[in-house]
Amino acid sequence: MAKNPEHRDLFPGALEMMILQSLRLKPMHGYALVKHIKQVSEDLLQVEEGSLYPALQRMLKEGLLEAQTGTSAKGRPTRIYRLTAAGIRHLESEVVSFERMFAGFTRVLAAAKA
Amino acid sequence: MSRFSRFFRNRRFDDISVSIQEHIDERTDELIGEGMSRDEAERAARRDFGNVTLLHERSREVWQWQRLESLLVDLKHVCRRLGRSPGFAITVLLTLAIGIGANTAVFSVLNSVLLRPLPYPEPQQLVSLHLNAPGAPGLSEFRSELRLSPSMYFTFATHSHVFQSVGVWGPGTASITGIAQPEQVNTAQISGGVLETLNVPAFTGQWLTAADQDPHGLGRVMLSYGYWQRRFGGDPGVVGRTIQVNSQPRVIAGVMPRGFKIVNYDFDLLVPMALDPVKEILAGFGYRGIARLRPGVTIPQANADAARLLNVWMDSWSNGPGSDSHWYLRWKITPALEPLKETVVGSITAVLWVVMGTIGVVMLIACTNVANLLLVRADARQQELAVRSALGAGRWRIARELLLESVTLGLLGGAAGVAVAYAGLRLLSAIGPVELPRMSEISLDGWSIAFTLVLSMLSGLLFGMIPVLRYAPSQQRVTLLGAMRTASVGRERQRGRNLLVVAQVAMALVLLVGAVLMIRTFLAMRNVDPGFSDPASLQVMRLDIPETLVRDSVTAVHMQNSILDKLAAIPGVSSAGFAAAVPMSGGEPAWNEILIEGKTYEGDNPPMRLFNYVSPGYFHTAGTSFIAGRDFTWAEIYNMQPIGILSEGLARELWGSPQAAIGKRFHEFPNQPWYKVVGVVQDVRENGIDQVSPATVYWPSISHDLFGPGVVGARRTLDFAIRTNRAGTQTFINEMQQAVWSVNSNLPVADISTMQEIYSDSMARTSFTLVMLAIAGTMALALGILGIYGVISYAVSQRTREIGIRMALGAKKAELMWMFVRSALVLTGVGMGAGLGAAAVLMRLMRTLLFGVSPLDPVSFTAVPIVLAMAAALASYLPARRTAVVDPVEALRAE
Repeated sequence: MAKNPEHRDLFPGALEMMILQSLRLKPMHGYALVKHIKQVSEDLLQVEEGSLYPALQRMLKEGLLEAQTGTSAKGRPTRIYRLTAAGIRHLESEVVSFERMFAGFTRVLAAAKA
Repeated sequence: MSRFSRFFRNRRFDDISVSIQEHIDERTDELIGEGMSRDEAERAARRDFGNVTLLHERSREVWQWQRLESLLVDLKHVCRRLGRSPGFAITVLLTLAIGIGANTAVFSVLNSVLLRPLPYPEPQQLVSLHLNAPGAPGLSEFRSELRLSPSMYFTFATHSHVFQSVGVWGPGTASITGIAQPEQVNTAQISGGVLETLNVPAFTGQWLTAADQDPHGLGRVMLSYGYWQRRFGGDPGVVGRTIQVNSQPRVIAGVMPRGFKIVNYDFDLLVPMALDPVKEILAGFGYRGIARLRPGVTIPQANADAARLLNVWMDSWSNGPGSDSHWYLRWKITPALEPLKETVVGSITAVLWVVMGTIGVVMLIACTNVANLLLVRADARQQELAVRSALGAGRWRIARELLLESVTLGLLGGAAGVAVAYAGLRLLSAIGPVELPRMSEISLDGWSIAFTLVLSMLSGLLFGMIPVLRYAPSQQRVTLLGAMRTASVGRERQRGRNLLVVAQVAMALVLLVGAVLMIRTFLAMRNVDPGFSDPASLQVMRLDIPETLVRDSVTAVHMQNSILDKLAAIPGVSSAGFAAAVPMSGGEPAWNEILIEGKTYEGDNPPMRLFNYVSPGYFHTAGTSFIAGRDFTWAEIYNMQPIGILSEGLARELWGSPQAAIGKRFHEFPNQPWYKVVGVVQDVRENGIDQVSPATVYWPSISHDLFGPGVVGARRTLDFAIRTNRAGTQTFINEMQQAVWSVNSNLPVADISTMQEIYSDSMARTSFTLVMLAIAGTMALALGILGIYGVISYAVSQRTREIGIRMALGAKKAELMWMFVRSALVLTGVGMGAGLGAAAVLMRLMRTLLFGVSPLDPVSFTAVPIVLAMAAALASYLPARRTAVVDPVEALRAE
């Protein structure tokens, strides 16, 4: 569904992490999340709508998020997603393991260059 | 999928639709802002989104899939955890299998006997015709209600507005000759209308009809399915064959289907009553009436119509020339129709409900024990549960897991319980009480299985709820902080288990009191002098000499006399005699009032008396002792001397003392000679140990017939009683039959039993209840003691540190042990207090089952608490002893 060949699939868990991190700033609705990630990553990352909503549902189910009905910036009814305590803990542990993995990648890549 | 869960699924689905719609709208707005037309913008926004339906689908899948998947995962965990602690799993499953199995078995009996409709079409229309006769004094002493006379049957059949059909019937026996050896079979004598009322078609052939009861015609007979198979090998050509019934040829009209009974009576042969409306009189109230109501007719309407018909009855018949047709007004006869099912089920109703309640309580106790075990297990998992809770597992998630475990246990236990119930029912039908009605219909049907399923689920939820209530609330953070061993948490946990013990003790007490009351009832019945002695060495059999075989009455009596001589000559026999009916056999020869010399009864009814007809030597053989006077002699019998013997109660009632009665005179009818009292015998419990002894007149077995001077009447169906220490053995029974056949080879012998069997049968209801309550009470006691033991040993293990400190501070071992025993006794005391209150209320419900003991019997209400307290003391002493081996240094270091 990638409409742009530059947008490759994210690695597993990355979308979750980005959603959690974004919602850590403030509760948002789905569209706002997409815009937020696009902006913050300076257009490097773009969330596919086709992946976003199932992911949100899954995270709701796992208790990482809560949702409540609210209104969007334009005043239309929508669902606002909010991080739960479990979501925060999950995010923290994910970030720790991501950073460890990232450091690993970096070293491997650096060794290859040398 | 339930409507409930679908509703929730759709809610979530709609929610995400809102989200997606809003997303598309915003994107559209944005694109319009970038200069697209609305149409283009909308299309582009949707295109960005891709396939919305697919997206919905995938979002929905998240819920569906995960739910099922996680349930399966949880179930796998549950099974693995149970497999890791097989001791726990086996204990719980055994407890549940026995508890649920016992409940299922009793429910099956209850369901088959009480709840399931009778096996006739439209059974709700069937009634039995009982009459009350409060104005007939003495009647209630030997029977609770008046039955119907043939003339009543004719009146009801002809004039009723409420009945579709009506009939009367009675059990009897007949001798069948000419097929094999002479055979005595059980017959149901039926009037026309009985088969129409029950409305079960013949298996083959035709029903008997009203035409068959014509005394001048050749009445046909019908066979039961069982007799057809047994005697005719199921020969389909049997219809139309002729057999000899009481030496009279009868044509077989048909065979009734398998399992068919007349009300609750299992017969071999259906024989039509020979009834002639012209010759019938008002009296002869010996027949059981059944009727089928017209659709929509209620019992009160039927009673009103029957009351009207009783007047028609008195207007239409008489008791012979010169008698007063409206004499029965004095009896104040009122109809008391009841649903046929009540007649069939009878007094067993109370027993079954008591047993069901009892077994239900045992199940509750079993559940508390399992709950206790689960609590201990949950305690052990507390750290794990706390960690998971801290990691974000919701309350519901943990509750679900705990409940899943308990419900799984419940269902597994239920499955095993069905097997236990099946075995239990097989056992019950092998050893069960003979008097249990509808015994052959008892089976595990769909209702029983549904009952088991519901019971398993409910008990799973019940004992699962207790650990859930304790552990699912997210108060686990405290525990995570290492407060595992703080006194406060321990005590709180202990409180839940203390409550369980109190409940168990209370329930065990109720059941034990019930069991002890039944034991006391049984003993009280055993202590009653039944009016005969040493029933185990008293052989009984029934013998009928039909008029078709021996026409002359005096010849028949001579034949009976020589049979007695032959029987007395068998080696090992000490004496023999006969009576028209031996006690408790259900036989009821006759009853009427008697008039005594020198007393007038104007406008006043003399009470009804039970009549029996005995041979000389019968009382000696039965072990019924003479209080005054003497026995009949054979010479007096053959001379037809007008003499009689009275029961002690009757002699006292009429003349003040047994001695005063000797030589006094009485008779049945004014035109009869006076009968002189020659003897008074002790009272006999004719209708069962728990029923009062009826006032009884014993007549000689032969007399001048009332309805014609010079005509002699003799009793032709008699119970023979033989005193021998060989009673009940097959060789003796064979010799007995040979003795009878040596007098006449066409005489069948029937209803062979020992008096002990008759005596035990009359106590069957009590002994059945006793055994069931004793089993339940023992289970309750054992489970209760286990509960106390478990709680105290847990308390000891939890308080090791405290014990150590106390010991270090100089506490004596005995004091520490007493501390634990005391707490167990306090719990027991509280439980007993509650149990005594409940028992005082509940035992009143058992009143109808008790005999010679009060529902608040002080012995039962003191003995049971004492035994329970002693058991509790022992159950707590054993674990408390372990405090003695606690080493204070070790205990403190362990922390």
